[in-house]
Amino acid sequence: MTALTYLTGGLSLGSVYAIIALGYTMVYGIAKMLNFAHGDVIMIGGYVVFCTFTYMNIPVWAGLLLGMVVCTALGMLIEKLAYKPLRGTTSLAVLITAIGVSYFLQNAALLIFGSAPKVFTSMFASVPNLELAGGRLILAPETIFTILICILIMVGLQIFTTKTKMGKSMRAVAEDNDAARLMGINVDHTISMTFAIGSALAAVAGVLLCSSYPTLMPTTGSMPGIKAFTAAVFGGIGSIPGAMVGGLLLGIIEILARAYISTELSDAIVFGVLIVVLLVKPTGLLGRKVMEKV
Amino acid sequence: MGTILNVENINVYYGAIHAIRDVSFQVNEGEIVTLIGANGAGKSTTLQTVSGILHSKTGSVEFCGENIAKVPAHKIVEKGLAHVPEGRRIFQQMSVRENLEMGAFTADASTIPSNLEMVFHQFPRLKEREKQVAGTLSGGEQQMLAMGRALMSNPKLLMLDEPSMGLAPILVEQIFDIIKSLNEAGTTILLVEQNAQMALSVAHHAYVLETGRVTLSGTGDELAASEQVKKAYLGS
Repeated sequence: MTALTYLTGGLSLGSVYAIIALGYTMVYGIAKMLNFAHGDVIMIGGYVVFCTFTYMNIPVWAGLLLGMVVCTALGMLIEKLAYKPLRGTTSLAVLITAIGVSYFLQNAALLIFGSAPKVFTSMFASVPNLELAGGRLILAPETIFTILICILIMVGLQIFTTKTKMGKSMRAVAEDNDAARLMGINVDHTISMTFAIGSALAAVAGVLLCSSYPTLMPTTGSMPGIKAFTAAVFGGIGSIPGAMVGGLLLGIIEILARAYISTELSDAIVFGVLIVVLLVKPTGLLGRKVMEKV
Repeated sequence: MGTILNVENINVYYGAIHAIRDVSFQVNEGEIVTLIGANGAGKSTTLQTVSGILHSKTGSVEFCGENIAKVPAHKIVEKGLAHVPEGRRIFQQMSVRENLEMGAFTADASTIPSNLEMVFHQFPRLKEREKQVAGTLSGGEQQMLAMGRALMSNPKLLMLDEPSMGLAPILVEQIFDIIKSLNEAGTTILLVEQNAQMALSVAHHAYVLETGRVTLSGTGDELAASEQVKKAYLGS
């Protein structure tokens, strides 16, 4: 039973990684850049929702919605102010800018909220634990809801990218930017929408993360951000299913390593697995290289 | 028959490289016009400048009486100008059907069913492979898909960049038959080709591009008969 508890814990943490990894992978797929400020958007989402819980008397779902709106706007603003002017320049310039934005967000949060950790009240505090198998397997509501929300996002994104015009045009831009322009697709607009979606998901991830691990501080987003980036590379950067698979596997590996091998070494094991995967399959688990046919 | 495309004195640069020098040409409504020339003569660059992927430093690109030289590429399609780029550039990971839908991105949704039918009538192979992932098509089928995709936007002018590239001779014949039949059905065509012989055999007007300049122009038959063209491009 403890193994099952670890497994569900891993799935839950992996779900959070998967949701964050989606933001990395979608932006990479479409704008061909690594948005290293993505992890910090999660942290901002966490603070916004924390504020609505603490200072505003609105329902939990409305707080989450407000967090998503703020993060969406923030994501689009970052893209417009910091990344768009650099389009067409070297990827190194964009990368350095992304790191700069990351520090900017962390320090802005430090200025506004201070360095002392805030205790985040779980979104699901009023929901009781689920007891299975006569009380031998206890699932916290955070665990269950995180997994459920992740499944919901996966299904939603799948429908969005295969059934809607906007979603299909995103796939077209991801595959061939110039060809997409020749179809009449506004690439700038598509990139902006991608940042919007990724950032809204970051807000959800932030709230889920803080509900399970209730300490909120300006650096809260860094480590999960890096892990989720790893998950995106692990699954094959640019691939949406890859981000999901990578995220879930990473979460499970991390929790199992922590439980059965060593708490201190768990991160090293996670990154070690990444190195092995990339040595064996450099495109990641589900990443693929398309050969051009003549 | 009016002039549908009037390109005047365009100059295009790649950084310090002056790729297109004072190029001017016209395409009249209902015609097939071809630009021929060797590799690197600037044919593809010229088409990319017309469709807004590249921009000229000087001159004008007039389409249906409107100067589109400064208009971004994604706004040019809806004016009725479709560009089938070199190397086809279909969306390999999307299905045949989805590729065609992308071609109709700017078109009114109500036109999609009838245009799909028109494309499937013109290219029955695409109908057979509607649900297949485009990357698995053969080279000839991919060229058909690229052309069908462009036709989904109801273009007044269709620009084709090297449609015969890499295809077996029998397929080249087939593609040129399709080009002729599209033109007979009323689509104006601007064709860029290295296969000068085939291109001149279908073209009403032709221009020869050499290192970024127009060096010769005339009707398709005139150029096919010209000693200069014969020697340089027709291999006789």
